[in-house]
Amino acid sequence: MELPIYLDYQATTPVDPRVLEAMMPYFTHAFGNAASRSHSFGWDAEGAVDKARKQIASLIGASSKEIIFTSGSTEGINLAIKGAVEMHGAKGKHIITTLVEHKAVLDTCKHLEKQGCEVTYLEPDSTGLVTAEQVAEAIREDTVMVAMIWANNEIGTVNPIREIGAVCHERGVLFFVDGTQAVGKIPVDVGADNVDLMCLSGHKIYGPKGVGCLYVRRRNPRVRIVAQMDGGGHERGMRSGTINVPGVVGLGAACAVAEEDLEKDAAHSIALRERFEEKVLAELDYTTVNGNHEHRLPGCSNVSFCYVEGESLIMGVKDLAVSSGSACTSASLEPSHVLRACGVGDELAHSSIRFGFGRMTTEEDVDFAAEQVISAVKRLRELSPLYEMVLEGVDLSTVQWQAEH
Amino acid sequence: MAYSDKVVDHYNNPRNVGSLDKDSENVGTGVVGAPECGDVMKLQIEVEGDTIVDAKFKTFGCGSAIASSSLATEWIKGKKVDEALEITNTEIVEELSLPPVKIHCSVLAEDAIKSAIADYKQKSSDGDEA
Repeated sequence: MELPIYLDYQATTPVDPRVLEAMMPYFTHAFGNAASRSHSFGWDAEGAVDKARKQIASLIGASSKEIIFTSGSTEGINLAIKGAVEMHGAKGKHIITTLVEHKAVLDTCKHLEKQGCEVTYLEPDSTGLVTAEQVAEAIREDTVMVAMIWANNEIGTVNPIREIGAVCHERGVLFFVDGTQAVGKIPVDVGADNVDLMCLSGHKIYGPKGVGCLYVRRRNPRVRIVAQMDGGGHERGMRSGTINVPGVVGLGAACAVAEEDLEKDAAHSIALRERFEEKVLAELDYTTVNGNHEHRLPGCSNVSFCYVEGESLIMGVKDLAVSSGSACTSASLEPSHVLRACGVGDELAHSSIRFGFGRMTTEEDVDFAAEQVISAVKRLRELSPLYEMVLEGVDLSTVQWQAEH
Repeated sequence: MAYSDKVVDHYNNPRNVGSLDKDSENVGTGVVGAPECGDVMKLQIEVEGDTIVDAKFKTFGCGSAIASSSLATEWIKGKKVDEALEITNTEIVEELSLPPVKIHCSVLAEDAIKSAIADYKQKSSDGDEA
């Protein structure tokens, strides 16, 4: 067993050796520009890109013409939301999203609010789930788009996308889904699931960083968006810029592997997650698993350890690579906006850690991790005035705290 | 974020962890911070004459908060009460090389010392009146 153990699979994943192998030639001898039409270097690159497009389309139930390559999900999100709003400004300026989105969606919405759009932020239930009924109630005459996450990156809750998509289609509203965490982990079929636009990212599915794609539906309805970058008119005019051929090949290979191993990977991650949670919950009191226990990403376990502060716990499990939520917000001391939206109090949000298990995680890793977490929590509770007060029978909610902020 | 060696040392080997009898007349208790802010420190002193003969702490908070309170107990033990009041958060920041984002931990530790001493003084003045 190599230390530290990587348990942050929602932040990023290692590149699968099969993916790396597929990419290698496109860094070396097959280095052509996929847009070069006058020689074999270009034709070879174009062929490789076409193959990748098919592999991605196959995984998500799309046609290859519906795949627009991007640098990753953040770009896909910006292109989808801003591009649709710009295209359909005549219909209206109302967007529906949720409070538990990734920052890339929330900040894109905030940007559009400054430009005169109105945004409705749906509140999830305590497990992070948003329902089709909520979406139906929020849709107005001038609603252009519903934009929401398929599977939450912090707590793993999987939204009822098919039902929500049906509502959107019935009401003639575009449906953009952030599929970053869901694709390759759970079955995704943009046709049956009524998705119009969906972003995904290579590095979350054992592919390379810096490459992703946006699915843009071509039929029923034909979705049109305005490009957010001007240039050579690549990707059917929706995303200019020379295609990152090795990256795209890697993304395609990652999708092919994910399609082949989807069930096996999911069963593996679920077994590890359950093993971990069983061990931890058996040894520690005042410990809860956040998110939806029924509709959850296979490899995601977000756990609140009451009366222990998260940052000190991460310091205590020094042989584990874990995080207290989203990597994109871990620089801030604010508790997670996702847990807050689920009604988890700030004191418990400060006590929450995300454990991510994936393809390369072993049972041995999980056993070691569980032991290290259990001993660190026990040690920190010995240090915790809150745990001591609770054991003495004090109701912490009745205490007058002396805090300046 | 990388922690300084001293913070790591206090985190791994915290000094003076525990509790004193808060009902005892010569024990002062300070509890500062709030769970929703992610920091709560409890610092206690035992005073004989005008000298702090023992100090204990328990902290819910990040590594820097634990280190700040651990260091505070180490520093005040053996000091006269009035000397302990002179300890400032900047001395804690310097000793532990805390980054700007962790300065509030040192402020909390200073507050905890002052709060424990205030509690002790309150108790002893109540005792005088009785």
